Amino acid sequence: MDKTVADLATAVADIESGIALMVGGFGGSGAPIELIHALIDRFKATGTPGNLTVINNNAGNGRVGIAAMIDAGMVARMICSFPRSADPRAFTEKYLAGEIELELVPQGTLAERIRAGGAGIPAFYTPTSYGTNLADGKPTAEFDGHVYVQERWLKADVALIKAELADPLGNLTYRKAARNFSPLMAAAATTTIVQASRIVELGGIDPEHVVTPGIFVDRIVEVADARQEEALMREGVAYA
Amino acid sequence: MSQKLSNAQIAWRAAQDITDGAYVNLGIGFPEMVAKFQPPGRQAIFHTENGVLNFGEAPADGEEDWDLINAGKKAITLKPGAAFFHHADSFAMVRGGHLDVAILGAYEVAENGDLANWSTGPKGVPAVGGAMDLVHGAKRVAVITDHMTKDGRPKLVKHCTLPLTGVGCVTRVYTSLAVIDIEDARFVLREKLPGLSLTDLQAVTGAELVVTGDIADLNCPEI
Repeated sequence: MDKTVADLATAVADIESGIALMVGGFGGSGAPIELIHALIDRFKATGTPGNLTVINNNAGNGRVGIAAMIDAGMVARMICSFPRSADPRAFTEKYLAGEIELELVPQGTLAERIRAGGAGIPAFYTPTSYGTNLADGKPTAEFDGHVYVQERWLKADVALIKAELADPLGNLTYRKAARNFSPLMAAAATTTIVQASRIVELGGIDPEHVVTPGIFVDRIVEVADARQEEALMREGVAYA
Repeated sequence: MSQKLSNAQIAWRAAQDITDGAYVNLGIGFPEMVAKFQPPGRQAIFHTENGVLNFGEAPADGEEDWDLINAGKKAITLKPGAAFFHHADSFAMVRGGHLDVAILGAYEVAENGDLANWSTGPKGVPAVGGAMDLVHGAKRVAVITDHMTKDGRPKLVKHCTLPLTGVGCVTRVYTSLAVIDIEDARFVLREKLPGLSLTDLQAVTGAELVVTGDIADLNCPEI
């Protein structure tokens, strides 16, 4: 089996409108910029995919990556913990104009909801947000003298992930702190699409070092010269 | 109030209570300053929500690696013995009681330990990040803050008026005037600036300061 696809356009060719799309990364660290931009290219050429629910810790920065998706008009709804950044203009303008929905989720709850989605756990209880307005309307229960908030799993149709190494079976490693949400999202999405800085032969990743096992990965595309969101911003790049 | 501690001095005071080898999360912004003031011979191990343990100072300009950032999205470096992990593990460290101390900023702290530090109200774009998670699980949840708001209102209050971050979560408050523990839903005064009377301190505090023992002088070096 070989999950490698030829290029970025092929990797994102069948992503449909109206789906839930998880995007790995925390700020620019681990953001799969080239996959996102390939999706924007397709939207500009075909009008698809639009009306997306995007799940990411943030809501874009500057005029590249998720911010460029928002600028292009592809995103109807964000599920995130922190829709602010050095340059949050794209999301802020649409949000204040009522053109984009926001589901604000505490960061650890977001991570655990995604983990639960990938692990087949439909709900769990957490101390986070108890007694705050982010727990409004959610069931609570007492365990061992403390009250906890019930949270639901979070799954997606597609995840876009950036990895460091991939092998043809989709076993992945990550680079430094770029790992963040990606291993969780890879498991929680029906179709997980990975851009890897290098695709190595089978056996090229020591099984002891695999972070995301290939069972969670559907497609891989090599992007050897992947750019950093932060660097693109400093260069003033606007993708949308 | 004629005299108060600077932010650096508040951070210095909070740093004196961090033991060698403690696992510590410092909130974004002002609390990050605490790392600078570790007493000689002590090395805390700092945790950042986005999946790093044992990170060090910022790199020199031009030396940034943008895959290596902290929760504030600032570039960091690693110390020997650092570790990477994914977000679910990172927040297991937080909620699971594995951190020794979390040090956070505050808009308001109530005498029962309620904390408001994430939202100033319904205007603009709401953003919570890891604030609501960090107040749960650490063995100590400490706040560093000016004793009053910029317009002179108490930040230590009977009941928070701003949206809560967590209920009954704060265990100690380091302010520009005093060190106060929260015990049995009361502000218990431990230290105050020498020369500041209890009456004057009480006058700028929005709930009763309880005295259960000696009150030490809050002495900080000039920084």
